[in-house]
Amino acid sequence: MTGTGSISDIEPRLGYSLRVNGRDHEVDGAWVGDSLLRVLRDRLGLSGSKNACEQGECGSCSVRLDGRLVCSCLVLAATAVGREITTIEGIAPEDGLTDVQDAMVTEGAVQCGFCTPGLVMAIHDLLDRNPAPTALETREAISGNLCRCTGYGRIFAAVDSTVASRRDAAS
Amino acid sequence: MSVAIPETLEEALQVAAADPEVQVLAGGTDLMVEVNFGYRRPASVCALHRIAELHAQRQDDGEVVIGAMTTYHDMERGVIAAALPGLAQAGRTVGSPQIRNAGTVGGNLATASPAGDTLPVLMALDSTVVVASVAGRREVPISDFLVGPKRNALGPGELIVEVRVPHLRGPQEFLKVGARNAMVIAVCSLALVVDLERRRVACALGSVGPTVLRAFEAEERAAQEIDWQTGRLGDPAFAPEFGRLVAAAARPIDDHRSTAGYRRHAIGVLAERALRRSA
Repeated sequence: MTGTGSISDIEPRLGYSLRVNGRDHEVDGAWVGDSLLRVLRDRLGLSGSKNACEQGECGSCSVRLDGRLVCSCLVLAATAVGREITTIEGIAPEDGLTDVQDAMVTEGAVQCGFCTPGLVMAIHDLLDRNPAPTALETREAISGNLCRCTGYGRIFAAVDSTVASRRDAAS
Repeated sequence: MSVAIPETLEEALQVAAADPEVQVLAGGTDLMVEVNFGYRRPASVCALHRIAELHAQRQDDGEVVIGAMTTYHDMERGVIAAALPGLAQAGRTVGSPQIRNAGTVGGNLATASPAGDTLPVLMALDSTVVVASVAGRREVPISDFLVGPKRNALGPGELIVEVRVPHLRGPQEFLKVGARNAMVIAVCSLALVVDLERRRVACALGSVGPTVLRAFEAEERAAQEIDWQTGRLGDPAFAPEFGRLVAAAARPIDDHRSTAGYRRHAIGVLAERALRRSA
């Protein structure tokens, strides 16, 4: 270390591969401390995961890592090598919506829309684990996703209507 | 300079021995906040998530052995929920599902925050922290492991391997005060353990001192007041007195989350409530 370089000169830059939405993506020149959220948005162009608090408080960056719902801002990107990452871009069929997304639109659960991708990820995670959640279970499941527009009522309605439509489809 | 992702504990200990400055990464819920905000710029990182033995939980001769990478999510089910209900309650109060899927007991211990949610329970249960380096293992009582606010007893090149928690018979409670039920760092928290075999009561307090505190005088008085034939208080009127004794044991400060006065009041309320539920 000469003491004359900028931070980017003296800090390591990494190259690695991440598996996102079933595809391998090369990441070049990332900083060792980059979060998964930063790499998804700024290096892979996957801007559906939103960046707000960067401390795990708001849930707008929620993704699935090996099937578990996590805040991508709290995942060190370089440690996600070899793990299966699913983002909001990877859950819907080509040119379509998931049933949760469709219910969010129908119920008017989207206002500014910033929290929506994270909430959709959290609601899918809930309904995969628990196809018939109680009101309390739903509240607990989305307690890490802040919405400052809707007051949550229409989001709960979207959960309920997804549960009902899945039940109807199964019977 | 690099990111190491060892597959075995032995490899991780080699990494830590070769580079004592390496930043160990468990669930990331504390470290990544500091990195994202530029408070910490690690030159090298050793991530522990691939080390299978650190993820295990098992019952072993009167103890529950909890691997350092056990998440809060894991604490809400399985052997921990069955044998350590106080720890399961504490785990459930942490953050949100996203945080509980990531944060770990080893990280909670290493961060050693006075507000760490598992710490009062582990303290009330007289748990033992098992740490390792290339030189071998040592067992550290949790009261010696938590040496101050955000300070632990880990030496250079040492990693937390597991925490060994006595499996007791009797009620356990964890209670916590915050601005809402989810996503809060404790304004104050309390763990109460009633040990029906040894006829002892243990009570540990979070966020009302530089580190987790035990309320020894309150514990001894409660043990005298319980009718051990029934496990209930001889006189229920002792519960408010227990609250006063616990509040007197607190050493709270004013900070951005609360005032010292509120913390002292609230910890007394939690103590009384926990004792009423347990005895």
